[in-house]
Amino acid sequence: MTNHKKTKKYGSLFMATALLTGVLAGCGDDTSSSSGSGGSSNAAGDTIKIGANLELSGAVASYGSSINDGAKLAIEEINAAGGIDGKQLEYIPVDNKSETAEATSAAMKLAEQEKVVAMLAPATSGNSVATVQIAAKHKVPMVTASGTAPNVTVNDDGSINEYAFRTCFIDPFQGTVAANFATNELQAKNVAIFADNASDYAKGLAASFKETVSSNGGTVVAEEAYVAKDVDFKSQLTNIKGKSPDFIFIPGYYEEVGIIVKQARELGITVPLMGADGWDSPELIELAGNDALNNTFITNHYSSEDPDSKIQDFVKAFNDEYSKSPNAFHALGYDSIYFIVDAIKRVDGDITGEAIQKQLAATEDLSLVTGTFTVDENHNPVKSATVLEFVDGKQQFNSKVNP
Amino acid sequence: MEWIQQLVNGISLGSIYALIALGYTMVYGIIKLINFAHGDVFMLGAFIGFYAIARWEMNVFLALIIAMILCAVIGVIIERVAYKRLRNATRIAALITAIGVSLLIEYTVIFFRGPSPEAYPAVFATKNIEIFGAQISTLAIFILSVSIFLMILLQFIVHKTKIGKAMRAVSHDADAARLMGINVDNTISATFAIGSALAGAAGVIFGIYYTRIDPLMGIMPGIKAFIAAVLGGIGIIPGAMVGGLLLGVVETVVSALGYSLWRDAAAFVILILILILRPAGIFGKNTREKV
Repeated sequence: MTNHKKTKKYGSLFMATALLTGVLAGCGDDTSSSSGSGGSSNAAGDTIKIGANLELSGAVASYGSSINDGAKLAIEEINAAGGIDGKQLEYIPVDNKSETAEATSAAMKLAEQEKVVAMLAPATSGNSVATVQIAAKHKVPMVTASGTAPNVTVNDDGSINEYAFRTCFIDPFQGTVAANFATNELQAKNVAIFADNASDYAKGLAASFKETVSSNGGTVVAEEAYVAKDVDFKSQLTNIKGKSPDFIFIPGYYEEVGIIVKQARELGITVPLMGADGWDSPELIELAGNDALNNTFITNHYSSEDPDSKIQDFVKAFNDEYSKSPNAFHALGYDSIYFIVDAIKRVDGDITGEAIQKQLAATEDLSLVTGTFTVDENHNPVKSATVLEFVDGKQQFNSKVNP
Repeated sequence: MEWIQQLVNGISLGSIYALIALGYTMVYGIIKLINFAHGDVFMLGAFIGFYAIARWEMNVFLALIIAMILCAVIGVIIERVAYKRLRNATRIAALITAIGVSLLIEYTVIFFRGPSPEAYPAVFATKNIEIFGAQISTLAIFILSVSIFLMILLQFIVHKTKIGKAMRAVSHDADAARLMGINVDNTISATFAIGSALAGAAGVIFGIYYTRIDPLMGIMPGIKAFIAAVLGGIGIIPGAMVGGLLLGVVETVVSALGYSLWRDAAAFVILILILILRPAGIFGKNTREKV
């Protein structure tokens, strides 16, 4: 055979083999991240399955992984103390890669394949909203540790998503706290808002901030927007600077906010900048640098410096396990598990999703690390927020605001 | 004055696009191929620069040079492995291969290090200098000077050196050049090397200026640089420089006027308009094919 024919022959053989391998690989069994054996559904067996649909990779991986670490600590503590009525908890985390479509399929996997009795919903509001239908359809209550947008639990028409709950406060509260801080504490008269147009979270915060600022007598002199994944914010920041605000509200996620803060300082914007819990990530400090973050504030769920004994016990346990100080997302993940477990403990009879849902809605005066709370009729906890200031890259406790 | 500040913003952004567009235009000029993998060479440059500065603690200029050299090598490898055999194939085959190479590079990087972004460490203490009311940071000045220097260097290479003459000859008529004794293969490789080196430099500059880099960062700037090259006249080197700067300024102006959500769309609108109204680009001449 000539060289050409030989190449062709081996070439087609190679192609066929590659194709076959691809097909066989796809037919292989899809093992989930933990349980492989077909365990019994609900809690008829020896374990109670709690799922977690979290952003363990992708744009907001920082939140999801922190919640995951906090939740794992809680699961370990509860199991070490004997579990619930002697039954151990089985924790099943699934990565939704910070994408909404993946969040939906992860929720389906947890509800249909793993048959969990309750699950942690995604860290971001947008992704949580995408899983509400599945939770309702399969009657598996979902608890989002940090999805703060109101529409996770309450729809625009006022109806309540029965199986959706959350451990954190909601954005209208957060936005109001920020606005009050700006006008009352920082004496700002003219403010600017620079919000992420691609997220429900940021838009909701911007809206409630704007409302409260206006009712406090302040003026919004500039409103700019950006889209997630952008890196160049200089033109919008230059516009904002041109209007001379005393204060800029930047409700967004850390990947963009880090760069925004850095570029703002580069452009000579020295006024206080403020954001919400979306800023809380070590990546923010890496992107912005300690200097740029001076004179910035955030509203957050808790502060690890709060002298409250419950918080300090948690900080110590977390430090022993992970050798670092827990941020708000660690605390929320931890609290979400305790929230669910508290509800499970109050269930009479079979532990099913429906029974847990009823008990979650009836939670009253539950004392958790991020505050003592009662779930209101909209499935939202009534709890306090903390205002923190960034000093040399560390979050310093400023004040606590009660609802 | 705000407008001066916005102009500075626009030119800084535009010079990054210009550096990448130069690579596109040079490769198109010489083998009529739109190298879609070019944006990913830009990304690789950014990562090489990151590892050089953050892990091996090199100084900025050394990191820049290393990134440029390594990207030049990568560019030549891509050309030899993927495009050389397809020189006589249909243009579509080469285009699809380019897209394939692009995806290969992106996902190989993700395979080895995961998709999470990295933050460039701060390399200079940025100070602001005030000129006519615009705050120009030392960073912007650094970018502008490096880009201008590289572009002047390129012009020098293309017009005053032998290899540059060979590049111009091959892009004019490859067969005639071959008949004149020019080694066409090596000339094409040199073109890829130079274009990729510029993209690598753009990557490091981008990382320093915008801090955040991730494996898929090459897609958008790559497409925009391609639009810039088309805008200036694809195949024409000064065209790529002007096109890049123009695109950067237009994007910034669109954003400054309050339509910040439309800034990406503006680039594509420009592409459509230029292809409809003046497909040869700003500097292009309408050459008729003489039979």
